[in-house]
Amino acid sequence: MEAKKIAEGIWEIPRTAKEGMLVPARIYATDELFKEMDQGVFEQVTNVACLPGVQKYVLCMPDGHWGYGFPIGGVAAMDTKTGVISPGGIGFDINCGMRMLRTTLTEPEVKPRLRELVDRLFQTVPSGVGTKGFLRLNEAEFREVMVQGAQEMIRRGYGWPEDAERIENLGRIPGADPAKVSAKATSRGIHQLGTLGSGNHYLEIQVVYPGSIYDPDVARALGIDRELQVVVMFHCGSRGFGHQVATDYLETFGPAMKRYGISVRDRELACAPFASPEGQDYFKAMVCAANSAFANRQVITHRVREAFSDVFKRDARDLGLEIIYDVCHNIAKVERHRVNGEERELVIHRKGATRSFPPGHPELAERYRAIGQPVIIGGSMETGSYLLIGTAKAMEYSFGSTAHGSGRTMSRTAAKKKVHSRDVLQRMERQGIYVRTASFAGLAEEAGMAYKDISAVVDAVDTLGISKKVVRLQPIGNIKG
Amino acid sequence: MSYRFLEEIAIADVAFEAEGRTLAEVFEAAALALTEVMVELDGVSPTLSRLISLRAEDLETLLFRWLAELIYLKDAACLLFRRFEITIREGTECELEATAWGDQINYETMSLKVDVKAVTYHLFSLTKIPHGWRAQVILDI
Repeated sequence: MEAKKIAEGIWEIPRTAKEGMLVPARIYATDELFKEMDQGVFEQVTNVACLPGVQKYVLCMPDGHWGYGFPIGGVAAMDTKTGVISPGGIGFDINCGMRMLRTTLTEPEVKPRLRELVDRLFQTVPSGVGTKGFLRLNEAEFREVMVQGAQEMIRRGYGWPEDAERIENLGRIPGADPAKVSAKATSRGIHQLGTLGSGNHYLEIQVVYPGSIYDPDVARALGIDRELQVVVMFHCGSRGFGHQVATDYLETFGPAMKRYGISVRDRELACAPFASPEGQDYFKAMVCAANSAFANRQVITHRVREAFSDVFKRDARDLGLEIIYDVCHNIAKVERHRVNGEERELVIHRKGATRSFPPGHPELAERYRAIGQPVIIGGSMETGSYLLIGTAKAMEYSFGSTAHGSGRTMSRTAAKKKVHSRDVLQRMERQGIYVRTASFAGLAEEAGMAYKDISAVVDAVDTLGISKKVVRLQPIGNIKG
Repeated sequence: MSYRFLEEIAIADVAFEAEGRTLAEVFEAAALALTEVMVELDGVSPTLSRLISLRAEDLETLLFRWLAELIYLKDAACLLFRRFEITIREGTECELEATAWGDQINYETMSLKVDVKAVTYHLFSLTKIPHGWRAQVILDI
């Protein structure tokens, strides 16, 4: 499929490339990253461009790769009146996201206790297949989590009052309706709050090494204020609860499409008009799952604070364990954006893409309104991650969105054939990274060589201007789910 | 009955192809492939059993629901299965009756691998081949 480079870092596939495309598709990537893009991205991004009500263009971020339905890294804006909502544009792991905490500790202080700290976190933040958390909620209490999100956990004592303003949407997206959630989804997820999950989910102890701060003023405003500072970053989502909500509605949308006369090029793009009863039911259930993901990351935050406090024998507040930010990267949200010079209400689907709102955006909490929204881009377990900041260019170019991670270049099955978990573990230990995992076999699947170069991805979004680099973080301790 | 994992599709996730001489066999092969993504099968002893009954308007949807049910039970009941006795009836509606044998997830006795979030409809198929049936499935990891 032909894609034309229309400006530095921007490639466009015209509407004529595939029958049924309503808008062009754009891929944001450097020449090198574009060359590496797999064929699945081109096929999927143009399939999305055929969905009813899609606006302006469908986007794929530089970390894009072959997903199911949408490509991972996909962003699509649908008109709220004439457009659709598609679970395939959000992902099964609703509100999978990243959270980052700062500390006032430095690497020389943490290194001697690193194994103890990581071992302790490995115990208290359960990871892997079918694990349960420590919280035992009844169904009424879990429904409160669906509505109140992280704020419910803070109210229950698993957080500090100021935590909420450091989370996207204050950790509680309005519009949740637990009545739209199945009993199966509830029974699948009710005991999983505070768990990491598996696959590419992780919790890392990271260090800001000298030369890793690109914007000292913004870094300071975000709480990164000393050399060799230690931070904590983790990646997880709504666990079985969100997975079941998505599965349930994927089934509901098949017959709904027949009723509304919608056909799609991939069954995984099943959708319903956003304004229809089916579309609204899914949106309300999806918000329940998104709020439970915020609550999940809040409980993990509580466990991280406890672990640091136990290991360093100091109060978590004294250790400065504040949230820097929490972002969603699998979500649909109703937002206002300009299309052809006119401000419109749109359903922005971000599947493996992060919101990147600029300074002054009215949806940002007071704390970050002056500097813009922090953006967390997590790399592979071997290579490090980045903290960035949202920009006005993102509003102009990408419906206020940017990349979310490094993006896979190799399937899990292929990675396991190329490298052995033992070698990955030894290499990471040589680099000074202490690893604990619930799945030794799964380490090979997450090897750095199975991913794109995170720095290349971040440089691509920074050069294009849809978010700006602030700090690079490198891991010294890793819990792989 | 057999299954194999596919390298070249669905980079983020896990794809497999399963075959069987009968519908029951291909459903069993797909269930084993799904379980093998999550655990070493040898470590799962068939000590507990569950009866599973499902209906769907067509065979493809029945296969989707079958795999989705096993994923659901992995989280809701912490169960993984390794032996299956399956009966499938085709009619105006398709029906599945199965007994699945397996055990509670146990990190001491099982070698757990990667969690499966969901079965996807991307490139999902169940087709008749000369000597039986073939399924292609992509699992979300």
